[in-house]
Amino acid sequence: MAFLELNGVVKRFGRLAVVDGFDLAVEEGEFVSFLGGSGCGKTTTLRMIAGFETPSEGSIRIDGTEIVPVAPNRRGVGMVFQNYALFPNMTVRRNIEFGLKVARWNPAEARQRVDEMLALIHMEDLAERYPHQMSGGQQQRAALARALAVRPRVLLLDEPLSALDAKIRGQLRTEIRAIQQKLGITTIYVTHDQEEALSLSDRIVVMRTGRIEQVGTPFEIYNRPANAFVASFIGQLNVLDATVLDPALGRLAVAGQEVRAAGPVAAALGQPVKLSLRPEMLSLETGDSAANQLDGTLANIVFLGSIVRLVIGIGGREIFLDRFNAPHLALPAVGTAVRLGFPREACLVTGGEPAAEAEPALSKAI
Amino acid sequence: MFFGFLYFFVPLAATFFFSLHGKRGVLGFAAYRRVFADPQFLTTFTFSFEMAVCTIVVGLALIIPTVIWIHLRAPWAKPIVETFSLLPFVIPPIVLVFGLIRMYSAPPFQLVSSPALLVAGYVVLAFPYIYRAVDAGLRAMDLRGLTEAAQSLGAGWGTIMFRIVLPNMRVSLLSAAFLTFSIVIGELTLAVMLAWPAFGPYMALVGRDLAYEPTALAILSFLLTWGLIGLIQFASRSLVSQGSAVGGAH
Amino acid sequence: MTDRPAGPRGALTARPSSSPRRAWLGIVPFALFALAFMILPASSILLGSFQDEHGAFTLANIAHLARPDILKCYLVTIQVSAVTAVAGGLFGLLLAFSVTLGGLPKALRSGLLTFSGVASNFAGVPLAFAFIATMGRVGIVTVILKTVFGVNLYEHGFNLYSFWGLCLTYLYFQLPLMVLIITPALDGVKKEWREASESLGASGFQYWVHIALPILAPPLLSSMILLFGNAFGAYATAYALTGGLLNLVPILIGAQIQGDVLHDPNLGYALAFGMVVVMTACILAYTALQKRASRWLR
Repeated sequence: MAFLELNGVVKRFGRLAVVDGFDLAVEEGEFVSFLGGSGCGKTTTLRMIAGFETPSEGSIRIDGTEIVPVAPNRRGVGMVFQNYALFPNMTVRRNIEFGLKVARWNPAEARQRVDEMLALIHMEDLAERYPHQMSGGQQQRAALARALAVRPRVLLLDEPLSALDAKIRGQLRTEIRAIQQKLGITTIYVTHDQEEALSLSDRIVVMRTGRIEQVGTPFEIYNRPANAFVASFIGQLNVLDATVLDPALGRLAVAGQEVRAAGPVAAALGQPVKLSLRPEMLSLETGDSAANQLDGTLANIVFLGSIVRLVIGIGGREIFLDRFNAPHLALPAVGTAVRLGFPREACLVTGGEPAAEAEPALSKAI
Repeated sequence: MFFGFLYFFVPLAATFFFSLHGKRGVLGFAAYRRVFADPQFLTTFTFSFEMAVCTIVVGLALIIPTVIWIHLRAPWAKPIVETFSLLPFVIPPIVLVFGLIRMYSAPPFQLVSSPALLVAGYVVLAFPYIYRAVDAGLRAMDLRGLTEAAQSLGAGWGTIMFRIVLPNMRVSLLSAAFLTFSIVIGELTLAVMLAWPAFGPYMALVGRDLAYEPTALAILSFLLTWGLIGLIQFASRSLVSQGSAVGGAH
Repeated sequence: MTDRPAGPRGALTARPSSSPRRAWLGIVPFALFALAFMILPASSILLGSFQDEHGAFTLANIAHLARPDILKCYLVTIQVSAVTAVAGGLFGLLLAFSVTLGGLPKALRSGLLTFSGVASNFAGVPLAFAFIATMGRVGIVTVILKTVFGVNLYEHGFNLYSFWGLCLTYLYFQLPLMVLIITPALDGVKKEWREASESLGASGFQYWVHIALPILAPPLLSSMILLFGNAFGAYATAYALTGGLLNLVPILIGAQIQGDVLHDPNLGYALAFGMVVVMTACILAYTALQKRASRWLR
């Protein structure tokens, strides 16, 4: 039995089901992200775990105990908000101390605990500051310490880094993960930023319109997306139109050329499908005879810093090929013909428009 | 909440009811008819109406250019002017009129008997409201951006003023005008002390002598104020501004 | 008519930098007006309170403020203002609370705010009439209470034309004013604070005692101070209600202007000076508290 379990959780507002059948088992100490666009239900689900929303159906259990009927202030669940929600009339120390005071900790022990927390977030010398005297990053760290001070069973974070600027976001991200691992606390992290989800989580739950699209490790989600939505949501994706030549062998026709997928394709002969390829799986070397090859025209070269992106036209569409920058990079001239190579495993075949519907993958990448 | 409603509506209802007792034993609008028939009603109302219009014109003509200037050229003056908008609170009308009389009753500035002094006093009273409305209107329209865009397109200041700035301020101008109007119409303190035949003193006089007419007047004045403020709220729904009509007419 | 120099519009050019001297130009019309009709009258009052009939400097007027009957007058005015400030403040807070944090429907909220906008201006003569019609000797409510419930208000000591009657009447514009001022502050109370405190184990009561009330205390206090000042300076309502009989500072000042039996303009100036001192103290306290409030409720 998992530490945190959600079973068949549904939340309706009027007739609209904002969360529609959510099942998840989280192990103790795991860091799970809920990833999705706005309106996908990730924050609502989080708030149901916290107790600020009540599920219309379904059960939520922590350590075996059903918590849906339990009031939010008795669940032992800590929460960190997007806008920090530090109490403005209290110093950092008093904010962190608040949960301990409510739980009637011995003052000496409480003080020691607060000092521990301040050391954890490296803000010992800011203890007497008020929230309005601190930057966003500092406030969020204080909010984190406040939530952790009372040793919650589960830690919930609702897009905690969205209000901060990029540089601070990067720093704080690693800090949060380090603290979480150090304390071994079960954590649910809501975000719309896939980079955050990929870099922080043990597992990611990709959500759309109230449903779970896929649950898996970051590696799985990226390399083996369950459907077109997940594939296009995470990372960059090249999409080409293709027609099925041979379903059993996975042969496809792309812009008059032949491409082979890694396995059989679950589609009918002649059916129009979409072939999706990650930019980093493409290369200009075409040595391996078992791999696929495609001919196209180099339309543009974009320099992105550590990555050089080649924009190549194939069959009326433009696809990206990413390669690392190198001081003596020899690249073909714009406008010339180029030949791409990619392994069969790089092929992701889906039946319709990638991002519009949840089309299941028609081929399995091994 | 319920008691709030009671407290607010009972006096209004009572007043209305009372005002219907124009004729003994008969519920009707007799009191209202008598009020309208009274020549004094018309003269004093007209006088106050004229004063209100003058106040609006002078006030707007004074404050709009000033606020625009502050926004564009002299932002440092903003706190100073804003402090002045607090002045009518610190110097209530009764004190203000006292000072005005003392200053302007003797040559060389013998203005006491001129309606100009009354208008000036009203402008002082209305100033906080006009200022706030104009300021809100200018802030909502990104004055600097618009004027710079217009200038880069070759517009002169006349065009900018009349074709761009003022039309975009319609709502706050209306709001300022209505508010000033409602303040001036019912104003008592300045009018009584400076001995002008205004609507406020007229109402007080009526209240002293007659029984039912005053309540009719009260209802009329309430309807008028309500109508004006209602118009403001309606018009300013396009302007996202808070706290428009605040304060008490002393 | 007041002379106004040609407006600053003509003086504005498209020059990128403005020398300080030209920047002053645009303020001139307003400055003249403010000088003529705000600063000078106020200072002349100030001066007058330190002068006697012959214009010589004297502190006698200020000393006269200490006369027992004058002191009583100030006391009564302070009492009326304090009572209506606190009562208006508390009830106004309750009302505002019910439509912001209390969760009553949005329609009620805009209705209440609109009504408050009107009612806070409904002071002066019409208000006095309305209350006379309601609670006066032959007022509707008085009559109803007498005929239907057998309760004779006036026999029980209630009198509209007394201290408490005036307080009741003043509340009619104090309450809405409070609603208008305190609503933005209540809106600034973030719901996340409540949720954070709950997630940390606090009960609703603990939330209010440790967080919400300390945060709301400054704006509450400052609003009540504003209400105090509002009532202190009010003239028209009291005048219309009691015809100048009530012993209030504004009424007394009015009497000095109009020349009554005790006609002594210099006393009047001193009275006015005293009033300005009180109002200034109010506005200073108000701004100081507001600064603190706005920091937390941003």
